[in-house]
Amino acid sequence: MFQKHISLLGVNHKSTPLEIREKMALTDGYEGPLSRLRDQPSVQEYYLLSTCNRVELIWVSDDTEKTTESMLRFLFGDAVTQQDWGKYSYLYHDGEAVKHLFRVSASLDSMVVGEAQILGQIKEAYRYASQYGCTGPLLNKLLHKSFSVAKRVRSETGIGSSAVSISSAAVELARKIFGNLSDKKVLLIGAGEMAELAAEHLIGQGVQSVAVANRTLSRAVALAKRFNGKACSLEELGSQMEQVDIIVSSTGASELIIRSEDVKPLMRTRRNRPLFFIDIAVPRDLDPALNELDNVFLYDIDDLSQVVEMNRSERQKEAIKAHRIVDEETLKFSSWQESLTVTPTIAALRRKADAICEQELAKTLARMELDSAERDKVEKLARAIASKMLHNPLRYLKSESCRKGDELKIDMVRTVFGLEDDDPE
Amino acid sequence: MNRNMLLYDINQLLFFGVMGVSFLACAAYLVFFISQKNHIRVWARSILTVSWLLQTAYIAARYLAIGNTPITTYHETVFFFAWATTSAYLSFRWRYTVRNFGTFVSLLIFGLLLVSSFTSREVIPLEPALQSWWLPVHAGISLIAYGFLALAFCGGIMYLLQERELKSRRLGYFFSRLPSLDALDQLNSHCLALGFTFLCLGMVTGLFWSKQAWGTYWRWNPKEVCSLVIWLIYLVQIHQRFTVGWRGRRAAIMIVVGFGVVIVTLWQVLT
Repeated sequence: MFQKHISLLGVNHKSTPLEIREKMALTDGYEGPLSRLRDQPSVQEYYLLSTCNRVELIWVSDDTEKTTESMLRFLFGDAVTQQDWGKYSYLYHDGEAVKHLFRVSASLDSMVVGEAQILGQIKEAYRYASQYGCTGPLLNKLLHKSFSVAKRVRSETGIGSSAVSISSAAVELARKIFGNLSDKKVLLIGAGEMAELAAEHLIGQGVQSVAVANRTLSRAVALAKRFNGKACSLEELGSQMEQVDIIVSSTGASELIIRSEDVKPLMRTRRNRPLFFIDIAVPRDLDPALNELDNVFLYDIDDLSQVVEMNRSERQKEAIKAHRIVDEETLKFSSWQESLTVTPTIAALRRKADAICEQELAKTLARMELDSAERDKVEKLARAIASKMLHNPLRYLKSESCRKGDELKIDMVRTVFGLEDDDPE
Repeated sequence: MNRNMLLYDINQLLFFGVMGVSFLACAAYLVFFISQKNHIRVWARSILTVSWLLQTAYIAARYLAIGNTPITTYHETVFFFAWATTSAYLSFRWRYTVRNFGTFVSLLIFGLLLVSSFTSREVIPLEPALQSWWLPVHAGISLIAYGFLALAFCGGIMYLLQERELKSRRLGYFFSRLPSLDALDQLNSHCLALGFTFLCLGMVTGLFWSKQAWGTYWRWNPKEVCSLVIWLIYLVQIHQRFTVGWRGRRAAIMIVVGFGVVIVTLWQVLT
């Protein structure tokens, strides 16, 4: 019996330090590595995923041991000595491999659990793999399944729904205050790294413009140029605050830069349009009393961290649900894979024919008054038709070409006869 | 006589139907609010639409039974109020959506219907002096105004809940479920503008009706004074909003308070 096995070999941010991942020669896009994989012996289908946090190799073969070693060699090259291979990588087969892929695609294995980027990366890698003809019926099904598992996890759990970084939390809050951010203006006070990050996030959400105010104007000009905005000096803060909507402050000043008394009179000229202050400086730049003004919202770094912390623990809870979904889908996939051999398919085909016979006979005989000899004849007739119909499909399944374990042909027979729908779960 | 008995029975049946269906709509909206599953919202909205149809049928049947627009007794007025709120919500929802607005509105609608079910459903014949087509026009328009102001009230409550979570920096249950402050503020603005327009029309038609019934436009009776107070409360809000840009928490509180005054004086304004 030829049985194909799915294997998965990988390194990720947990198993392998960055220094080693950097050395592994898989960073040159997909074309090169995929064509090198083609030369690996006994590998029938293969798939490669390479991101900055992980490399995953999935392949199908009927000789797991031999291919595993050559795949390890392919993965590590000269970066790691042979005895360290096992230490830095993980290797799964069949059900475990399927489960791992589903976990990765559902973003349960990511550095930030629930982030959405990984699914796009898996899809992109799959585009390359199928473009170069690397995947076959088994991996095609597996990868499509992994997309739908990710989708299911996303829609049935709240794993990706809340912000888990300081700057995304700031964006989430801004959305709840302003709704649409596309006509909102941002002012950065101080040109620190955190402010930059927050500004990048806000620009990603499509804010209208960014202005930068800094003690040294040259630094403000440089940063403003990056964001296509304008620079201003700290003395202009008052007039700036009349126009902008979101203010991110991160100066190194030791005392408060904006006081509640400065802002209060501005609200009238602003016609009470809301103002959102984000204070990510330590010590704080902004007067805590600002939060007491109507239509003014103030969050400092501690408040934002608290929001993030809360969302993180919420995600952990949701991850438990997600793991259950992954386990469920893994079982489904494994039973599909097991059914792709000749013997169970023949049995399922016979079962189906018998069931149809029984059903139709019961229907017909109930309406006829026949003696037992006549009944026998009718039953025989029905069974004869069914088995004549099955004769060729069965011969096809038992033929040499299917015996080799050609999943594509078996899958076709199963689809044509609709065997997936009535398999006992 | 026989016909009247039949109409009375249909009336009873319709009223129980309205109560049952509205309760279901309310429950469905609450389940949606808790679970946030979209197909439940679609269900809830359909049930509320059925409730609106039944409410309309009940009002029509009562009109046939008593011969004048059923908008004069406590029961009829509160019921019509609920109908106007449902109509306002459905018409509004048709134009744009505000997340989870339906939950709050359906609670209010069911509350109004519940109040109407506890009042006497007895038919009180109308004084001959009041029998005029100004009556249904005036009362109908005023109650439609109240319907929109009721929506603004729900929006105001939602605004205050969301604002409290944002200000306290403790993002809890409502934060993810309620829409943005800006969306709620715009909703309030729209409802207020529409509600106030109808309120003005209601005042004007009331003047004409008074002229026809008593020969004078204004008599300074409690009912008229109450309407004037309500009208002034909303006039101030509209004025502040569109001249100095009043918005946010204070505006939301005013909307809630204004509606509170409407509810309290509704008993005075009636009869």
